[in-house]
Amino acid sequence: MEKKELQKKAVEVRKGIVTAVHAAKAGHPGGSLSAADIFTYLYFQEMKIDPADPKNPDRDRFVLSKGHTAPGLYSALANRGFFPVKDLETLRHLGSYLQGHPDMKHIPGVDMSSGSLGQGLSAACGMALAAKLDGKDYRTYCLCGDGELEEGQIWEAAMFAGAKNLDNLCVIVDNNNLQIDGPISEVCSPYPIDAKFEAFNFHVICIDGNDFDQIEKAFAEARATKGKPTCIVAKTLKGKGVSFMENQVGWHGKAPNDDEYKIAMEDLEKLEASI
Amino acid sequence: MSTEVKKVATRESYGNALAMYGEEYPDLVVLDADLANATKTNIFQKKFPERHIDCGIAEADMTGIAAGLAACGKIPFISSFAMFAAGRNFEIVRNSIGYPHLNVKIGATHAGITVGEDGASHQCLEDLALMRTIPGMTVVCPSDDIETKAAVKAALDLEGPFYMRTSRAASPVFNDHEGYKFELGKGITLREGKDITIIATGVEVSYALDVAEMLSGDGIDARVINIHTIKPIDEEIIIKAASETAEIFTVEEATVIGGLGSAVCDVVSAKHPAIVHKLGMQDVFGESGSWSALLEKYELDAKGIYKQIKQLHKNG
Repeated sequence: MEKKELQKKAVEVRKGIVTAVHAAKAGHPGGSLSAADIFTYLYFQEMKIDPADPKNPDRDRFVLSKGHTAPGLYSALANRGFFPVKDLETLRHLGSYLQGHPDMKHIPGVDMSSGSLGQGLSAACGMALAAKLDGKDYRTYCLCGDGELEEGQIWEAAMFAGAKNLDNLCVIVDNNNLQIDGPISEVCSPYPIDAKFEAFNFHVICIDGNDFDQIEKAFAEARATKGKPTCIVAKTLKGKGVSFMENQVGWHGKAPNDDEYKIAMEDLEKLEASI
Repeated sequence: MSTEVKKVATRESYGNALAMYGEEYPDLVVLDADLANATKTNIFQKKFPERHIDCGIAEADMTGIAAGLAACGKIPFISSFAMFAAGRNFEIVRNSIGYPHLNVKIGATHAGITVGEDGASHQCLEDLALMRTIPGMTVVCPSDDIETKAAVKAALDLEGPFYMRTSRAASPVFNDHEGYKFELGKGITLREGKDITIIATGVEVSYALDVAEMLSGDGIDARVINIHTIKPIDEEIIIKAASETAEIFTVEEATVIGGLGSAVCDVVSAKHPAIVHKLGMQDVFGESGSWSALLEKYELDAKGIYKQIKQLHKNG
């Protein structure tokens, strides 16, 4: 897919995020928008997946370890054809299959349930290990939050991936620098993130996670890396694409009201027109 | 129980069963957290080294890895002491295994007071209570070598999360007869009786049989039921006991809060109210000592159970 097409898809994914969270009157737009370009690249370019056959045993796997950014994942899945985009408006509603956090039992395309921070990377290690045991070549991708790196289980999993040389595993850290209580460097700093993963025997690539050229290069490098897992530290902008949400910690877990929703969608229309 | 009876620790039976079924179940993967020699998964490891994964001292990670393996079609058995497998791990088991209903089996060894010398920090009394609260979780506590092996086989054939607690203590093998049949969710009446019912689980079952013998000398006719599956529990066998005998005594080497005793109370309180005396650890931590000395101190060996039943039955 051409870069411009990816950029346009990413705008659609962002519109889906804003629409879903607005309809839910709750949810997490900030970290969904920061990672929207990564979601888009994974589902429209990188991963070997088929919306018509979401349980294919040879498909690539994705684990959203930062499960609260489910609107980002759901919007990417819907836009990719796993389920109707219209259903995004049922997010978090009673009776909807689009649960507040990823639910692998009921949502087509969701490979692992998540939401309790720190647990997804372990599951991703299990998937990568299963591929190795079965001699299969599918890859496993896992998106973690930067604040999430404060969870101890992340480092247990990182140690395992490094020790067992899981080169079919690619971890992406959405480094938007903000968590609920403030900047990650002030709350309980997990920096330096790159050096930590290097010390755990990862091949580390630092990029601008909102730049498709850099995203493309990083995933290609990850695929070519043998003998150790890769960690892509993606510097991103929280709330990216919506003017009043950008780099605002307050938009971590808050839904826009009707007026704000209108402004947000106008921002995204303008962004689309500029491509 | 006579001294020549064969005794095997159920953790040993667990390790042997894994090795025994490794060939028949090529998707079986065994994970351990640096305790393979103690949990006895090393028996499987020797036979199937490529399918034995040591995760290091990282039980939470091991649990999540198992979830990922199960999501890709493997049948992982994770092993650690019950304190870590169920206690430390509760929320990870709940969210990474229970909520997505993944096909992960938890082989928790060194459960209960019979851990012995390691003391209270390692004596998990709460695992049955914790695991019972997770929707869709099957909870099993086998009584001897034969039953443990049967339970492992049943776990491999079951699609869904499964928790099994085994013990470090050597316990008599008494299910080694033709008529023995293991069925998940089905209790076993080991001895008929019309006065009282003793419902026991795990290593306490053989003591319950001894106690029934002792009580018969006093003219008390005790029924003995082995509940190896705490969840889903056999309601029918419990209701029958509640309607046919005057009192029920539950026996477990675990806290009386939330485990077998509570599960039995949940059944009778709604369906056939009866007096239930819960014998077990009475809201206390254990301590260091040999497992036999501890069972004696907390009145959970044959002599102690007999004493408690005589006392409670008289008062009742």
